[in-house]
Amino acid sequence: MTDQAVATRGWIGRALPRFEDEALLRGRGRFIDDLEPVPGAHHAAIVRSPHAHARIRHLDVSAAEAADGVTGVLTGADVQAMSRPFAAAAPSPVPYYAAAVDTVRHVGEPVAVVVARDRYLAEDAAARVRVDYDPLAPVLDARAAVHDSDALVSERSFHYGDPEAAFAHADVIVGGRFDFPAWTGLPLEGYGVVADWDPGAGTLTAWCNFQGPFTLHGVAAAALGLPGTRLRVITPEHSGGSFGIKSGVFVYVALIGLASRKLGVPVRWTEDRLEHLAASQTSTGRCAEIEGAFAADGELLGVRIDAIDDVGAYLRAPEPASMYRMHGALTGAYRVRNLALRARVVLTNRCPSALNRGFGGPQHYLPLEGMMALGARRLRIDPLRLAELNLVRRFPYETPSGGLYASGDFAGCLREARELSGYEARREERRRARRAGRLYGIGVACVVEPSISNMGYVTLVEEEASRGNALPKSGNAEGATVTINPAGGIGVRVSTTPQGQGHGTVVAQVVADALGVDPSQVAVRADADTSFSPWTVASGNYSSRFSGVGVGAALRATEQVAGKLRAIAGHVLGADADEIELRDGVAHLRGSGDGAETTVSLRRLAGMAHWNPEGLPEGLEPGLAATAYYAAPELAPPVDDRISASTENGFVVDIAVVEVDRATGRLAVIDYVSVHDAGRLLNPLLAEGQVIGGFAHGFGAVTREAHAHGADGELLTDTLKDYLCPTPADLPAVRTAHRETPSPLTPLGAKGLGEGTTMSVPAAIHNAVMDALHRDAPIALPLTPARLWELIDA
Amino acid sequence: MAEGAPMAEGAPMVERPISIVVEVNGLRRREHVMPRLLLSDFLRHRLGLTGTHVGCEHGVCGACTVRVDGIPARACLMFAVQTDGCAIETVEGLAGTGELTPLQRALHEAHGLQCGFCTPGILIAAGDLLERRPGADRAEIEALLSGHVCRCTGYRPIVDAIERVARDAAGHTARGDHADDADDADANGDPGGPGDPGDPGEAA
Repeated sequence: MTDQAVATRGWIGRALPRFEDEALLRGRGRFIDDLEPVPGAHHAAIVRSPHAHARIRHLDVSAAEAADGVTGVLTGADVQAMSRPFAAAAPSPVPYYAAAVDTVRHVGEPVAVVVARDRYLAEDAAARVRVDYDPLAPVLDARAAVHDSDALVSERSFHYGDPEAAFAHADVIVGGRFDFPAWTGLPLEGYGVVADWDPGAGTLTAWCNFQGPFTLHGVAAAALGLPGTRLRVITPEHSGGSFGIKSGVFVYVALIGLASRKLGVPVRWTEDRLEHLAASQTSTGRCAEIEGAFAADGELLGVRIDAIDDVGAYLRAPEPASMYRMHGALTGAYRVRNLALRARVVLTNRCPSALNRGFGGPQHYLPLEGMMALGARRLRIDPLRLAELNLVRRFPYETPSGGLYASGDFAGCLREARELSGYEARREERRRARRAGRLYGIGVACVVEPSISNMGYVTLVEEEASRGNALPKSGNAEGATVTINPAGGIGVRVSTTPQGQGHGTVVAQVVADALGVDPSQVAVRADADTSFSPWTVASGNYSSRFSGVGVGAALRATEQVAGKLRAIAGHVLGADADEIELRDGVAHLRGSGDGAETTVSLRRLAGMAHWNPEGLPEGLEPGLAATAYYAAPELAPPVDDRISASTENGFVVDIAVVEVDRATGRLAVIDYVSVHDAGRLLNPLLAEGQVIGGFAHGFGAVTREAHAHGADGELLTDTLKDYLCPTPADLPAVRTAHRETPSPLTPLGAKGLGEGTTMSVPAAIHNAVMDALHRDAPIALPLTPARLWELIDA
Repeated sequence: MAEGAPMAEGAPMVERPISIVVEVNGLRRREHVMPRLLLSDFLRHRLGLTGTHVGCEHGVCGACTVRVDGIPARACLMFAVQTDGCAIETVEGLAGTGELTPLQRALHEAHGLQCGFCTPGILIAAGDLLERRPGADRAEIEALLSGHVCRCTGYRPIVDAIERVARDAAGHTARGDHADDADDADANGDPGGPGDPGDPGEAA
């Protein structure tokens, strides 16, 4: 795959297949469990709670310690003695350690870590750890938990415009309860950590398939009682998916790090699937009540939301951010100026939540778009028409809660979706189907897709007065280093830690254009080493930030190197640097032929920079390398509870056409159209991959995926036979279209697009099913055949 | 969760290594293995063939699929000792040191992999299908992939890629409904086709 076609300009925007693929296709991936970064690592098995809530009456590890091949055992008491509780974005009523101290609060919570010569012996010995539990009543109902001061993490209310007046003057008010259960992106590779404590230096090195460093590096270091300089996190070149879920790896950096520190040996741990389903991380469960105030002509006058986020047993950073991630886009695609939000966050006895694809978006748009569907039904206005009436039309647009929609063409996307779906024909088909007694429905979702989050948004959890105590936070910077070595090899380091999104290929395209070379000549590493990579406290793979700031940093660094190449070439060719053009691996004197006197190869320029510093133009340093950082503009800390929570806001319009089988309750998606505007597409092939992949996650969440618990808190979805992911035959064909309204805020005009369909699909399909079943109230997710069958003709 | 611990409490398990001979990707290996060593761990950690991935260890996700004497098997559900005398094929053996197989190329061109963790199992299983049923249709391919969890791609480009190889193998040259990805690949100068149809057995 290095034999790409001849080099030409304009690699950005091409549907270039990935350079990453070849190694993966040959089985030469380098995932965490494949690596032996230190010799002689011992293996950990984790003893975990079978209960959702219980007091630990007695823990006896003596038999385990005496077992064959065992190095030692780390207990919750050790963890408490050797570390501090993890910090989060808000104070928590319950301290969060890497292992349970005297009470277990969710199924799968670590109780002890057994370390042995190999994993088999570690598991043998783990079975010999005796734990006596006194089970306690679990809390699983977030709505009940708000009344418990030990469970309530935070409560805030926000008012924008005059929602009271809007509701007082409304002709029609609709609403309902829309609950979004916790689910997971379920990366196929689980967590993995290799931890090596150096007692002499007092440093911990942790190889782990974490998706950052970002802020969570600091959280892990602080829990370990280490300054950030003494926790070195290194991510492997490959990571088997994450979708946000691997942000929780930081908890195990601490746990396995403590095991290494206590036992004096390097320790490795690879999570198994049962551990992953029970205890890795889930999306945030949301219980929302929403009301919309409409005028008779369809104008949306006001919105009231009462949202309760269930973050599970502990407040895991960056929670309670899920509640605030969407804050700049609370009013979605619509012009409405009157908005009230009551935001409460509670602890329950479920697995801790944090990042999961969409992060707050699916949970927000299910009620917001559901409210629009209910409004359309009551007003007897077609839902696509109702959306169109209320769309934001002038850009830039500032939302009532402070978001900035810098550019867009919402109405154009909607028109395109209408045409692509054959909307009028679908409506006619629905009339015919209904006459025949079939349960046929159409659902719409219009979704503003925020990307490149503002580090400052999470401080909204605090009242404005107390926010002043901390240093202000804003922005979202990323770093990159570009190097050309003496042989002319081009290397780029970014710290965007992808899990399959193809950052390496896109960076190669961007660098290739800036240097005038073929992208196959650009070697890119996107994994992070916190001691040696260019990174910032924002660095990582979340909030669809790569195409804006990751690319931005790579471009800035490349431009610096290109400037130096032009300066040297100008010196050689007796011209000014700005007369030099880099193209086809050669520096050309602009406006002249291709003779020897008017060109010099990049390789030769690199050689000069390294071999002959004396021959360089006055004032130029030897070597060819640059590190640059880039932060997206227009982000600031919150003021008056208004915040531009994300740099960019793409747009998605989905139209779902479904039929529910009357006899079985089976849901069939007859047609699905998804039209996106993510600004300029840097690589349409990869963009489509994100859209279709995000669709599958949204589809799974709305149709089948959810973490289910029995009344006693038992986890019912603890294997892949119980937690059901969609298979290819389940997934409908999605018809997509992309419009490209460039972003004025990112260097190449791109907006993030990795999460939009995960946000839109649950809402669109839920709305279509409400329509099919003639419901004027929401249906609880997931929309399983059993649930739908019960509602038919109900 | 220590679910793998096989022994009754307090009754130390007596394990002795057993000598086995296997042929892995054409190379004969004699190894001494504990009876309870999983085939997946044997391949990955004894032989260093880390291309076989472990995604669930309960036989659902398909990431660890290899072929044992030509038959697809979940390496997490077999013990290494069960393969004594058998020929094992893993992802590393598909292209070996040569060019990518048509199926590997097709997946590349269709963007049929993102994180790549499920890919080795899918390559083995789909290669096996195409060997048995060279002209396998879309429904057969989808049925096959129902035993393989992919969380990145939404499956469609994987199905497209396998179908394309199947069509080429079946001698069809006309492009059908799912040629969009191929067109994308063309647009950037990549060869549009997966190469000579050849013997589909090469893919396995």
